[in-house]
Amino acid sequence: MIKPLLFHTGRYFVMLGSTLRKPSNFRMYWKETVRQMYDIGVGSVTIVVLISVFIGAVSAVQFSYQIGGTFIPKYYIGYIVRDMTIIELAPTFTGLVLAGKVGSNMASEIGGMRQKEHIDAMEVMGVNTASYLILPKIIAAVVIIPILVSIGAFVSIIGGYIASVPFGDLTNLDYIKGLRSFFVPFNVVMMLIKALVFAFILTSVSCYQGYYVEGGSIELGKASTNAVVISDVMILLADYIIVLMLTT
Amino acid sequence: MIRCENIFKSFDETEVLKDISIVFESGKNNLIIGKSGAGKTVLLKILVGLLNPTSGKIWYDGHDFTSLNHKELQKLRNEVGMLFQGSALFDSMTVEENIRFPMDMFTKKTKKEKKNRVNYCLERVNLEGINDQFPSEISGGMQKRVGIARSIVMEPNYLFCDEPNSGLDPKTSIVIDELISNITYDDNITTIINTHDMNSVLEIGDNINLLHNGKLAWQGTKSEVLKSQSEELVDFIFASPFLKKLRGQAIDEL
Repeated sequence: MIKPLLFHTGRYFVMLGSTLRKPSNFRMYWKETVRQMYDIGVGSVTIVVLISVFIGAVSAVQFSYQIGGTFIPKYYIGYIVRDMTIIELAPTFTGLVLAGKVGSNMASEIGGMRQKEHIDAMEVMGVNTASYLILPKIIAAVVIIPILVSIGAFVSIIGGYIASVPFGDLTNLDYIKGLRSFFVPFNVVMMLIKALVFAFILTSVSCYQGYYVEGGSIELGKASTNAVVISDVMILLADYIIVLMLTT
Repeated sequence: MIRCENIFKSFDETEVLKDISIVFESGKNNLIIGKSGAGKTVLLKILVGLLNPTSGKIWYDGHDFTSLNHKELQKLRNEVGMLFQGSALFDSMTVEENIRFPMDMFTKKTKKEKKNRVNYCLERVNLEGINDQFPSEISGGMQKRVGIARSIVMEPNYLFCDEPNSGLDPKTSIVIDELISNITYDDNITTIINTHDMNSVLEIGDNINLLHNGKLAWQGTKSEVLKSQSEELVDFIFASPFLKKLRGQAIDEL
């Protein structure tokens, strides 16, 4: 148990060391980064919006149910939806969902290249494959995922509005009052920090799983599954550590 | 010229290569032959640097390949071309983009210069006009030829071919052998071909190295193959009774 853990951790950092070397041709890296940005951004915005609407809606309905019959003012629904979304739900849910969608895709893509000797072919040419294949993905993810998370947070708040105001739980003014109450700008910073860290984790862990895949299609499937499972666990662990560091 | 000295390679407890020392001459087709599992691919991967030997040295024209620094290794890598068993063409790129890839990555040539070079390489492998097709749209034999075009685009001094005839019909295999052979002689490069195609051995084998159970079992030229009494060589080349009979007839004629 300990030995494989140390082995994979060591190899992960060795891979990161190669990944973060100076690119041999910036133009080629830029082209690849833009392609990845498009894939991650455009390819994931629909699922992020869809999930975010429901997260906001469920949060509003749930909180409305919990404060029913208490003296807590109704406008707190807007306040709670806003803060829950920004601090926790938007970055974490988006991270977990993207680990499944983007992470597994990256592991399969790089793993397939390993199996079809594409990576060997590049190595023989002299390409730093860890850098060329992984760095553009990491850069694209750390740029695009915080944007997706911000979109997700905004849409969640709208989702909370849709689920509560038209159904008479509270008035339009109350919801807006809630949204404008007790606002701490640092929470937005915390959301963006989480998004950055989660983006780095899900891309680097997934690329690691694909980069070192051995064997055939069964191993590739396992690598893809491991990419999602390990990324999810690491994201939740990182979430806890970030919260501890930034709030206590 | 590439020279390997006392190469040993083990994976855990399994010793795959045992004390291999070979000189691969420039301007010649140097063949590594042997049964499946003999260690051919491992040796080839060690020679190109995809695997590290457990012990031993590799010399590329006097440069110790195993002790080069990152910059020197990078420079040397640009002098190496390799044709992979499955061609290893990048699926998402067109034929032209595949061939152009090393130039895009490592040279500052203009678009026109790159285009001209790609066309020249395609011409050399008799595949003019397929620049915009994707690897999935061309046959296995054509993919091999595109692979050859890509491996020579940087004007390499060393060309490695891993089982260039695998999965090809006999006629296409001959075409591929001829192409590799012509490139070797015309450009005076050091070509190392890993094969178990008997036709290749007898047609283009200027220097033949037989691996058997990880050891170098026999060395010679194509003209020496028929006369050789090496048990391992006869067992490998003339595996079927029909071929054994043909060998007998050929020796009688000689």
